[in-house]
Amino acid sequence: MSVENLDTINWNMPETDTIASESSPIVRINELNVHVKDHHILKNINLEIPKNQITVLLGASGCGKTTLLKCMNRLTDLYKELKVTGNIFIEEDDILNTSTNIPTIRQKMGLLSQRPYPLPVSIYKNVAYGIKLKGIRVKNLIDYSVEKNLKEVGLWDEVKNRLNSPATSLSIGQQQRLCLARGLAVKPRIILADEPTSALDPISSKIIENQFKVLKKHYTIILVTHVLRQAVRLADNVVFMHDGRIIEQGKPDELFKNPQTEELKNYLVEGN
Amino acid sequence: MNRLKQIEEKIFRIISGFAAYSLIAILIYIIAIIFIKGFNALSLDMITKTPQGGYYYGGEGGVLNAIVGSLYISIGATVIAVIIGAPAALYLNVHMIKLKRTQNTVRYLLDALWGIPSIVYGSFGFTLMLFLGMNASLLAGIITVALLVTPIMVRTFDEVLSTIPKGLHEASLALGSTRTETAYKVLFKQGFSGFITAILLSFGRGIGDAASVLFTAGYTDLIPVNLDEPAATLPLAIFFQLGSPIPEVRERAFASAAILTIIILIISLGARFLAKKYSKSNLK
Repeated sequence: MSVENLDTINWNMPETDTIASESSPIVRINELNVHVKDHHILKNINLEIPKNQITVLLGASGCGKTTLLKCMNRLTDLYKELKVTGNIFIEEDDILNTSTNIPTIRQKMGLLSQRPYPLPVSIYKNVAYGIKLKGIRVKNLIDYSVEKNLKEVGLWDEVKNRLNSPATSLSIGQQQRLCLARGLAVKPRIILADEPTSALDPISSKIIENQFKVLKKHYTIILVTHVLRQAVRLADNVVFMHDGRIIEQGKPDELFKNPQTEELKNYLVEGN
Repeated sequence: MNRLKQIEEKIFRIISGFAAYSLIAILIYIIAIIFIKGFNALSLDMITKTPQGGYYYGGEGGVLNAIVGSLYISIGATVIAVIIGAPAALYLNVHMIKLKRTQNTVRYLLDALWGIPSIVYGSFGFTLMLFLGMNASLLAGIITVALLVTPIMVRTFDEVLSTIPKGLHEASLALGSTRTETAYKVLFKQGFSGFITAILLSFGRGIGDAASVLFTAGYTDLIPVNLDEPAATLPLAIFFQLGSPIPEVRERAFASAAILTIIILIISLGARFLAKKYSKSNLK
């Protein structure tokens, strides 16, 4: 198989022409509750997240944004003390009550955390790791996909001559883009981004933000942030959370111009 | 106030510096004594020959039997400890991550096992040996030393694994890795320098311990060629030679100690080189 023909392979990537209308949600959350012993962290969360848009989970630190994100790829399973109840439908699959194995669920959702966590291997192997997890073993295919994903996050030109260097030799901003490329390599449907620019300088943050704007053509992005300006710049939809509850949600223009609740009004005042 | 802080800083620096340099001085003193006292007896024969007739009365020969026996036992025991200990440490940090209480209990028990004197392991190994109908042999020595060093292997590697950021663990799982893939392809690589340190500590403890092999490995002037044959070890060779009334034999005891020190030094340097080489990609 020649490299020229590789684009004909089904990489399970959502094609632009299959983008659903705004009304079709990719994630539906019903009556989600999370408890730690007596502490109620997430309270009756009901939410629909539309396909191929950037949905921003906005709120002050400690309001439950990250917990909500971790429920969506079941990283909450790592914490014995967390009791999660309710339903989270990713497409038609209820991931909280499913027979589907958890790694398969997680491959549908790429995670970009607050600070980058490159694997302790080379730049090339970081991206190849995700590809190999999909069962691809052919060297040509892996090479092609590594290049494709690094190009997708705008990192290829910066690293193409040092692919075998340790990933940790990259700057923190480059590491974050590498982690994004690694996540994209497993062909997720959704990108879960948990304050992905909080550890980055303004230039690196802008690069990541611009990547999100491009990536939303193919992926649904759920972005956790407490930075109001970032929400304004990126959001197609905003979900405002306070004390474990969803207080308001809607289009950013409507939400920020006409806040209906005191909590959001206060947050906007503080944020500005 | 500022002056007081400067004085405090100076006193602390002097005390810390004194402690650090004292340790280095003691180490140098021990090594110097071993090499000075054993210098006359150090020869090529010491490392290339087994004891000949009358060796323990000042006759010809060397301690090749003990060098080979020690290497066989410590390498064998370290291999067993790696086979059991590395997966155990990974299991503790990956599969038991939600079971904090069980995790802590296992760690406590391993610490207790680490602290048990080696003579107790020797006695246990001896009892086990009799129960299995074995003679004092290389195999009995390897098994006993493996029991001694496995807790060291597990806890040393475990300590390093437990310092790996949880974010790396989550990042790997979020990609769709299974826990086993996360353990062996990510955490093991990130903790590789700790793994090397664990091997080094286990090997060092294994090769230097006399009490655990006293009843189990036996002693012989020959190089063992089978697992059921007795094996000499350097610590016992030092012990037997040091008790001799003949000055030449006592010098050989120090020469044997110098050989043991050199072996540990070589292993240590090699391990450090490997650890450094393979930790270049590690997340800092």
